[in-house]
Amino acid sequence: MKKEEINVRREDIRKAFIASVPVMAGYIVLGAGFGIVLETKGLGLIWAVAMSVFIYAGSMQYVAIELITGGASLITTALTTLMVNARHLFYGISMVDKYKGAGKKKPYLIFALTDETYSLVCSDESVKDVNNKYLYYFTVSLLNQIYWITGTVIGSLSGRMINFSTEGIDFALTALFVTIFTEQWISEKNHGPAIAGLASSILCLVVFGKDNFLIPAMCCIVAVLGFMRKMQGKAECDGKELQDE
Amino acid sequence: MNSTHTIMIIAVAAAVTVLLRFVPFLIFGGNRETPAFVSYLGKVLPYAIMAMLVIYCLRGTSLLRFPYGAPELISCAAVVVLHLWRRNTLISIAGGTLCYMLLVQLVF
Repeated sequence: MKKEEINVRREDIRKAFIASVPVMAGYIVLGAGFGIVLETKGLGLIWAVAMSVFIYAGSMQYVAIELITGGASLITTALTTLMVNARHLFYGISMVDKYKGAGKKKPYLIFALTDETYSLVCSDESVKDVNNKYLYYFTVSLLNQIYWITGTVIGSLSGRMINFSTEGIDFALTALFVTIFTEQWISEKNHGPAIAGLASSILCLVVFGKDNFLIPAMCCIVAVLGFMRKMQGKAECDGKELQDE
Repeated sequence: MNSTHTIMIIAVAAAVTVLLRFVPFLIFGGNRETPAFVSYLGKVLPYAIMAMLVIYCLRGTSLLRFPYGAPELISCAAVVVLHLWRRNTLISIAGGTLCYMLLVQLVF
């Protein structure tokens, strides 16, 4: 019995590892890029690791380099972080139900909810063959942060020595999101939300420009999704109540 | 640039990021029942957000200047085609990334 339990856990961990492999590639490269840039600005290994452990947000860490070297004030830092990372509110909102019941693992699951981790845990599809979904979520989250820290360390230590001929490898993360988008498109009949997200984001990018479009896009997406819910009727969308009757 | 300032910047950036990640759970989490609209968002947001993240990744791509976003658009199309064909996440990502690297290093 005990041995069986261990095997079941091992199987969940194995599935989580396989799911995380695409992120491994992207995170090690992007993390290394971050470590290199930080090193060239005179901030060594300890700083790189501290940022990847405590901030753990890819694009924000790149921005933080500018804030540190530019001598930004703490207010500026807080507001910039708020703008750059506001999209994380969305991840929380869509994981409130899924992380319910995660127990002791929950604080770390929430802390480690990056873009890439979110993309691996957001669909019900990913945990449909998994025995203990919280173990799966936790393993994916932890592995991803380990990849990120590993990349940071590699970059920081190799510093200026490496001459990257790997131009374009950071496209791995874009490819990851496009793949998941395509997978969701195949497995879900209702394409309304996907189209709403695409159209809102493109529209806001054109109107507000690349540095300021995310927050307007988020507001626009929530508004459109709310409108769609109203059009389809509450009962139909909430599904559950309808089935219970 | 001194160590204290650097530590403070890291601390503030970390604190705000953690706050943003925890706020939805603090407001809607716990043992209370999740509001219907939040549950609804939980179901539909993943689809919309993935589209938003794709656009976010491509935000720096210019369609007006050479090479007119061709490497990005071709590589994204390659990812979609590969995924429709084999439906294997690793193949799609590796293929698309390789395609992009070849395009930016050798063609454009």
